[in-house]
Amino acid sequence: MSTNNINHLKELEAEAIFVIREVAAECQKPVLMFSGGKDSIIMTHLAMKAFYPAKIPFPLLHVDTGHNFDETIRFRDAMIKEIGANLIIGSVQKSIDEGKVAEETGINASRITLQTTTLLEALDEHRFDAALGGARRDEEKARAKERFFSHRDDFGQWDPKNQRPELWNIFNTKKNMGEHFRVFPISNWTELDVWQYIQMEDIKLPNLYFSHQREVFERDGMLLAKSEHIQLRDSEVVKEMTVRFRTIGDITSTGAVESEAATLEDIIQEVASTRTTERGGRADDKRSETSMEDRKKKGYF
Amino acid sequence: MEKEEFDNEKYMNMELLRFTTAGSVDDGKSTLIGRLLYDSKSIFEDQYEAIKKSSEAKGEEHINLALLTDGLKDEIEQGITIDVAYRYFATPKRKFIIADTPGHIQYTRNMVTGASTANLAIILVDARHGVVEQTCRHAFIASLLKIPHVIICINKMDLVDYSQEVYDKVKTDFKNFSSKLEVTDVRFIPISALKGDNVVKRSENMDWFDGPTLMYQLENVHIASDRNYVDCRFPVQNVIRPMSDKFHDFRGYGGRVAGGIFKPGDKVTILPSGLTSTIKTIELYDKKLEKAYPPMSVTITLEDDVDVSRGDMIVRDDNQPEATQDIEIMVCWLNDKPLVLNGLYAIKHTSKEARCKIVAIKYKVDVNTLHRMEDDKAVGKNDIARISIRTTHPLFIDKYRRNRNTGSIIIIDEGTNNTVGAGMII
Repeated sequence: MSTNNINHLKELEAEAIFVIREVAAECQKPVLMFSGGKDSIIMTHLAMKAFYPAKIPFPLLHVDTGHNFDETIRFRDAMIKEIGANLIIGSVQKSIDEGKVAEETGINASRITLQTTTLLEALDEHRFDAALGGARRDEEKARAKERFFSHRDDFGQWDPKNQRPELWNIFNTKKNMGEHFRVFPISNWTELDVWQYIQMEDIKLPNLYFSHQREVFERDGMLLAKSEHIQLRDSEVVKEMTVRFRTIGDITSTGAVESEAATLEDIIQEVASTRTTERGGRADDKRSETSMEDRKKKGYF
Repeated sequence: MEKEEFDNEKYMNMELLRFTTAGSVDDGKSTLIGRLLYDSKSIFEDQYEAIKKSSEAKGEEHINLALLTDGLKDEIEQGITIDVAYRYFATPKRKFIIADTPGHIQYTRNMVTGASTANLAIILVDARHGVVEQTCRHAFIASLLKIPHVIICINKMDLVDYSQEVYDKVKTDFKNFSSKLEVTDVRFIPISALKGDNVVKRSENMDWFDGPTLMYQLENVHIASDRNYVDCRFPVQNVIRPMSDKFHDFRGYGGRVAGGIFKPGDKVTILPSGLTSTIKTIELYDKKLEKAYPPMSVTITLEDDVDVSRGDMIVRDDNQPEATQDIEIMVCWLNDKPLVLNGLYAIKHTSKEARCKIVAIKYKVDVNTLHRMEDDKAVGKNDIARISIRTTHPLFIDKYRRNRNTGSIIIIDEGTNNTVGAGMII
């Protein structure tokens, strides 16, 4: 590599920082969507780098389904304290209590779809006009068609057929009152890039990502964690296994994988040789071939 | 599970190559991308299973690799690609980003979008049909957007008995046409995306071809010198002022280097004020850097307390861009609503916003023949035209051919807020 060329991780980082800085400069009230997963942890890290030595000039928003791994919440709170950021919590439980959404019933009940309402409410309540997220185009095929600056109408809807063209690295941030943007600075990163970046930058992660012992059971080809939030079928047997999580979301729909990978090096080896995608372990995407596209059109992140 | 030792050291230090693929629906473009992903082991089992299921459900004989790139409902139902889709894969040598764009004439705007960030363009030619109008249009767009490297893949060689004559004819025809274009690095490869010839593996059916495979070209084409390292341009995005006890007097300028190499100690001029200063530090987070060059995002501090704000540009004293309100551009129109002569539009150039009036339409280009149409000046969606604009403030511009970052403009409709035009400064 020539002396005046940077490697792919640094180039992806430079692109993401550029996008985050554009948001801070051009949007009136941005917010960073923080789930406690690795992508949102990376987003927080990038936002810190973008404005250092100043603090991140916008708050973080956690849309809390109430069905969390305890580790996620502990990690979140410690991180917020360390970087001195402002955290806002949007509660799905509250939306349910207020009767704005109805809890799903049945064995595969999940709060994933309900999150959309809570998210849109939180954006509305605080008048956020740009929500930064850690979604990546390689995760899912509807996301492969997303823009960096994804325009949403006043109902938060995504119209994939009517997206603004994005040319070079000039971003059009104009919108009408009541509309907002979802902004995805790490659009061009892959799962492997994310892990390599975590290693390069020495970023701390919740222990859930590393191999550990856990009580799990199998459902529809996935290993789910035993939890008070999931109802077991009679045929389902809980057993203790050595697992780790490749993504961390709502506990009812995040699948674990059997893994001995206990260090970042191990994980990178594993990711490089794994033959299934990250979201292959997400029950929420398995509902239908276009379930992500359908959710996104309604305002899902 | 396949267990190959993965050399992380190597993978940490790769170059990124962005390329775009152009071709019509029947040129086998999606099949080619599917082939690249499949042969480089970048398709995951669950993705493979999903397309296998879809292919079977549609009663198709083979697993349709094209389904890997077609994502949205309408596309699956109608078998078309309606937008730019991005795909990712890596080999031990490079990481690749593919901007996959559909080839119909009505999608010129999508090709322009995909091409705007590409280092390289793959243009597909159906061996049975040779160089057709579409090929010319794709080559013209690659040249207009100044994609530094172009690879012409003559596909479906299996259907013409792997004939060298067919390949030679495409090559000659294309060269005749492209002599009118500004494309510097053009290569030709005979392939069969369906069978895999010369895509990742060398073809055994074409002994007469001694050039490298497509994958080899993608991995080895020299891209490090494609960027402008000569003309120092730093458009300021944000002013960074912590106003904390620890960094009480800190005042830095955040931005992404758009051209040239900046170093601490460099004498610089701030535009538009014309004030001068010296670079004190170049930093990112807790690291001080020795230099900054494209496409790095950094924070620059200056020795003097001069007034600098977003939209300003930091440049070298002895090499400045042109500051002007009258700009000549080639525009690609992107919107259903046609361009309005004498209309007012918002524009964005680097980190600067302004408004402009379109004062003249010089000519339109017939994208299939390259003829200038000086009589027909109605510029609608997918048209490419040369126009003159006058801006409300001076912009600090370079010619697009000299610097893609400081030579490009987007035009925005102030009524709908849509991005309606992509402009390249002449």
